[in-house]
Amino acid sequence: MPIITYRDALNQALREEMQRDDRVFLMGEEVAVYQGAYKVSKGLLQEFGEMRVVDTPITELGFAGVGVGAAMVGLRPVIEFMTWNFALLAIDQVVNAAAKMLYMSGGQYPMPMVFRGPNGAALQLSAQHSQAWESWLAHIPGLKVVSPGTPYDAKGLLKAAIRDDNPVVFFEGEMMYNHKGEVPDGEYIVPIGKADLKREGAHCTLVTYGKSVPLALQVADTMAKDGIELDVLDLRTIRPLDTEALATSVRKTNRVVVLEEGWEFCGVGAQIVDYCQRDCFDDLDAPVVRVHQADVPMPYAKNIEKAAKPDLAKTVAAVRKVMYLD
Amino acid sequence: MAKKKADAPAGSTAGATDPSTRAELLRSMLLQRRFEERCAEAYALGRIGGFCHLYIGQEACGTGVISMLRPDDYVITTYRDHGQALARGITPRAVMAELFGRSDGCVRGKGGSMHLFDRATNFLGGHGIVGGHVPIGTGVGFAIKYRGGDQACACFMGESVVNTGAFHEALNMAGLWKLPVVYIIENNRYGMGTALERASAIHDIYQRGAAYDMPRGVVDGQDVLAVRQAMGEALHRARTESMPTLLEVRTYRFMGHSMSDAVSGTYRSKQELEEYMQRDPINVLRQHMESLGEIDDARMAAMDDEVRAVVQDAWDFAEASPEPALESLYEDVLVETTT
Ligand SMILES: Cc1ncc(C[n+]2csc(CCOP(=O)(O)OP(=O)(O)O)c2C)c(N)n1
Ligand SMILES: [Mg+2]
Repeated sequence: MPIITYRDALNQALREEMQRDDRVFLMGEEVAVYQGAYKVSKGLLQEFGEMRVVDTPITELGFAGVGVGAAMVGLRPVIEFMTWNFALLAIDQVVNAAAKMLYMSGGQYPMPMVFRGPNGAALQLSAQHSQAWESWLAHIPGLKVVSPGTPYDAKGLLKAAIRDDNPVVFFEGEMMYNHKGEVPDGEYIVPIGKADLKREGAHCTLVTYGKSVPLALQVADTMAKDGIELDVLDLRTIRPLDTEALATSVRKTNRVVVLEEGWEFCGVGAQIVDYCQRDCFDDLDAPVVRVHQADVPMPYAKNIEKAAKPDLAKTVAAVRKVMYLD
Repeated sequence: MAKKKADAPAGSTAGATDPSTRAELLRSMLLQRRFEERCAEAYALGRIGGFCHLYIGQEACGTGVISMLRPDDYVITTYRDHGQALARGITPRAVMAELFGRSDGCVRGKGGSMHLFDRATNFLGGHGIVGGHVPIGTGVGFAIKYRGGDQACACFMGESVVNTGAFHEALNMAGLWKLPVVYIIENNRYGMGTALERASAIHDIYQRGAAYDMPRGVVDGQDVLAVRQAMGEALHRARTESMPTLLEVRTYRFMGHSMSDAVSGTYRSKQELEEYMQRDPINVLRQHMESLGEIDDARMAAMDDEVRAVVQDAWDFAEASPEPALESLYEDVLVETTT
């Protein structure tokens, strides 16, 4: 199977869906002439022309709204945010328009559109540029929220998101774009709403998604050397959440650690903990432990930035804690 | 150096300079240039991380504007903030230490290149979200008017900012309420890889001020004396009539958008770059001073040696400064309430 980057996987998904359906177009800052701030849209302008690969001014609120309007009357927009930090300016259109249009219109106006871009911290970009927004968007009924952690899932999920008749919020990662993995030639879809057991083990469930998936696998490798086997459950979709896959794994291992990039308070992990206590109360042998960013804005200096982020050591310690190994 | 201008005469001749002021302006721009060159080097060596946007080519904008301000005026700007911070009088040591992510940095290693702040010089920050700081500048103007007095706020931005919603909202309020803010658009022709003409429906962007009934103008941003003249007029209006001004300063960035971007390529040609580099703001002033007999090669070389030494000292200081203490990670999230 070909091994390609996460970036190229997304690029393939966009290209294939644009070839398949001429209602699909891509709009955002630097997506066309510059070939994408992170080169995800490389070559698309040349293939599809400037009506379908559209550079915008720096005007997130505006072009997110343009996407909503176009979706109302029959197009299938893919709106790229250079990063999700800047999407905050467009949040009114995502939350007040896209997420509610179907409901407000009594079912008359579905919103077949995708809002996508990199999310979370990269390296030393400090407070305004290092934020993980998935728990904010996952809070909103009327949105689907997806966050792939491998090139395979990135391609399959983006294709599913573009074909979905609902607004899908799609979280990528700046640090993920160069990440490589197997992606088959030819057509496939990864369904929205299905988690994936990335690795099987009997001792503890490590729940994660998106950029934390490679880290979780590294944790599992490390702990396997000490004979500790982890179920690494990659949610892939945060909303709707695959509670069945979660319960299946928890009933097997009886112990859970949740690993996420974002802040603790009202984070995605809090929701996972709730499902665990609701569905698997009697199966739990220990309180669920969460690994997340320190409860502060992201600092610039290397040493304190590192201290703020979840990492291998913190995650290993969390697993050891739920297993009462220390 | 900027702060000595409290005695600058008000009115339209405010930008006029004498030989010693011209020498100060030249030194300030040269310092910024040498500082930024060393930043590029430090970035390549991994001493500076994250996003790092250099000011090379645009020095006359910040230097001209800030040299007209009083110490009690305010400055607010974007992520492209090193040159303006130096022009305002934040020490090269404090700026370089910040870029190195050290505890002696002007924001203690918390902010880095994009977020320089300094209360002592009323430097209200480098801000990273395009357009986000423009309403904040308007808010500073509101506070000035609220408290009374004749201070002003200089609010810098790139030309792409005029296409954001925040810009319109902010300038409308300033026009409506007559707030003493000078909005300075540093039109360097590009926002990342997008030329102004590909992003704005009108190309003489100072004319956007018409929509808010705001005094407006355009000035050659490679000529620091012209910038001073225009800023002087705008400040006079702000101080005496509490009126905002929209000032478009036409310039060019000689480097890539940030240290992670190519200098030229898909969006602008090498030839265009080289053409614009002919009008280097430092050379423009230098030539003017040469024609007045105020500087020669020897004095220029001496000035260059002096600022290079200042920058080397800043580098050495930054390198010797300790990393932030781990506890500082949790500091500054909220302040202890004392009222
Ligand atoms: C709201 C928002 N969208 C996108 C970005 C990414 N970005 C950072 S700088 C920049 C270009 C800004 O250009 P301009 O305003 O002309 O300033 P210049 O960099 O030329 O000084 C972009 C798109 C951002 N920081 N904020
Ligand atoms: Mg610009």
